[in-house]
Amino acid sequence: MARALRRWIIEQSLASNVGHIGSALGIVEIMTALWAGVMKDPGTGEPGRDRFVLGKGHAALALYGALRFRGLLDADAFHTYCGDGSALGVHPEHALPGVDVSTGSLGQALSIGCGLALGLRKKGVGARIYALLSDAELNEGQVWEAAMFAAHHRLSNLTVVVDLNGLQALGRTRDVVALPSPAAIWKAFGWDARDVDGHDVEALVGALAPPEVPDRPRALVARTVLGKGVPFMEDRLEWHYRNLTPELAREALRHLDPEP
Amino acid sequence: MRTALIDSLMEVAAEDERVFLLTADLGWGVVERFAERYPDRFLNVGVAEANMAGVATGLAMTGYVPFIYSIASFASMRCYEQIRNGPVLHGLPVRVVGVGGGYAYGHAGPTHFALEDLVIARAQPAMTVLVPADPPQVRTLVRATMGLPGPAYIRVGKGGNPSLPSLHGRFAFGRPEVVREGRDALILACGSVVHEALIAADRLEKEGRSSTAVAVLAHLTFAPTAALIDLLARYACVVTLEEGYTAGGLGSLAAEAIAQGGLRCRLRTCGVTRAFGPVSGSEAYMRAAAGLDAASVARTTEALVAGRA
Repeated sequence: MARALRRWIIEQSLASNVGHIGSALGIVEIMTALWAGVMKDPGTGEPGRDRFVLGKGHAALALYGALRFRGLLDADAFHTYCGDGSALGVHPEHALPGVDVSTGSLGQALSIGCGLALGLRKKGVGARIYALLSDAELNEGQVWEAAMFAAHHRLSNLTVVVDLNGLQALGRTRDVVALPSPAAIWKAFGWDARDVDGHDVEALVGALAPPEVPDRPRALVARTVLGKGVPFMEDRLEWHYRNLTPELAREALRHLDPEP
Repeated sequence: MRTALIDSLMEVAAEDERVFLLTADLGWGVVERFAERYPDRFLNVGVAEANMAGVATGLAMTGYVPFIYSIASFASMRCYEQIRNGPVLHGLPVRVVGVGGGYAYGHAGPTHFALEDLVIARAQPAMTVLVPADPPQVRTLVRATMGLPGPAYIRVGKGGNPSLPSLHGRFAFGRPEVVREGRDALILACGSVVHEALIAADRLEKEGRSSTAVAVLAHLTFAPTAALIDLLARYACVVTLEEGYTAGGLGSLAAEAIAQGGLRCRLRTCGVTRAFGPVSGSEAYMRAAAGLDAASVARTTEALVAGRA
């Protein structure tokens, strides 16, 4: 799935002439571990399905790729990305089947995840909620309101994955608002937190398996590289926003494994 | 009115298991009864309105009808974007309850005034904006909201709001309720300040200065309804009265109705027209100082009828 996603992200970003490529490439393994690994019936209409909330909504192209890979979105629909009247915008819209929560405004996803986790638990539904947040999103105070809430209410059916790529729109996160030792901070808030390699699918799946700590929400701080897989994009700030040219897309695809 | 709100919630909660009450650590002496009766459907989220709006969104996605409770200034503004991107965008039945609209927290100072809550709520076409005038209308209205699939903002008074005998708790979406008949002018009002409109109309009648009707509009629609246009069409003079900023609120809605209906009636809007208005004081003092009390409304109405304004 990761190989397919990377190619699709490059091809579709060029076709639609839209940026946020580096953000989408950087979460490919996390999406694979979730959507082809641990999540139960993701993106379906099953009441007991696990729910996914993309806090970093600007990486929605990776989510559309996951829906396509799972057969929940056909290739033609995928190709409408950012077209006029398409349900596939830069940020995900719940009007698109398979997307439970519309996101795009940073900081708001985890609170909705808390409400989903609490409501499903109260109704005796054994589904799990996965929220993928960006490291810059942790600048938003609402994330910490939700972090306190989830720990207090022992929402053990809630998992946060932080995409720790160290870059935000205008610079390195450590230079903008530094947050040293994010895993220790989530722990201090009462979460079961650990670091994980965000590009190692096996390690991610292991860390995402249902928690052994039964009364705590879980946070995985996934160390990632923006633009992973394309050397000229990796860890380069400009690939947060930049668009591809046909030449650059060809070069990017040369670095990627062929589609399986 | 907030006590009537909790009473109403307890009534509907008894019949409807979807009802869920969340507060951002406010409602001391008011919300406890609900919490004791329905502990599984009550949550104090702490002083965190933004998170409360998000949690309510998630709960609504799982089938609940969450009422989120705070002082009107906080309920409407602190989490406005979360409400817009949550219940409004997703079309979910979250009820935002703003307690103590206008100058009900007048002593608390400007941070606690809610003067723009109705205006910003009305800016969302998918939001049902409700401003009950008295405790019995709160009950009818809360019950009526249970059939709404989308979100609503409900502004209620704090306490000590008198019941209006001629209203009898009547409420229907989009429909003004006439609570006093009159020939020369109509005062169209919303919220607890309707009380002042009735006193003003009685005074004008008693002193033989004008025969003034009063109507309550508890649902501030995004666009004027036919029922509102029909009502305004019956009067040559209309005065609106609201405890909040006039731009975008009830006064604006009446102006839109007059313009869209091609009506000939003349309009004056009584509401707050300068930033925050008076500094602080009781609701009665604040209303008088801002020109929203019965005496001010009577003066405005009389001048309009006499062609002096």
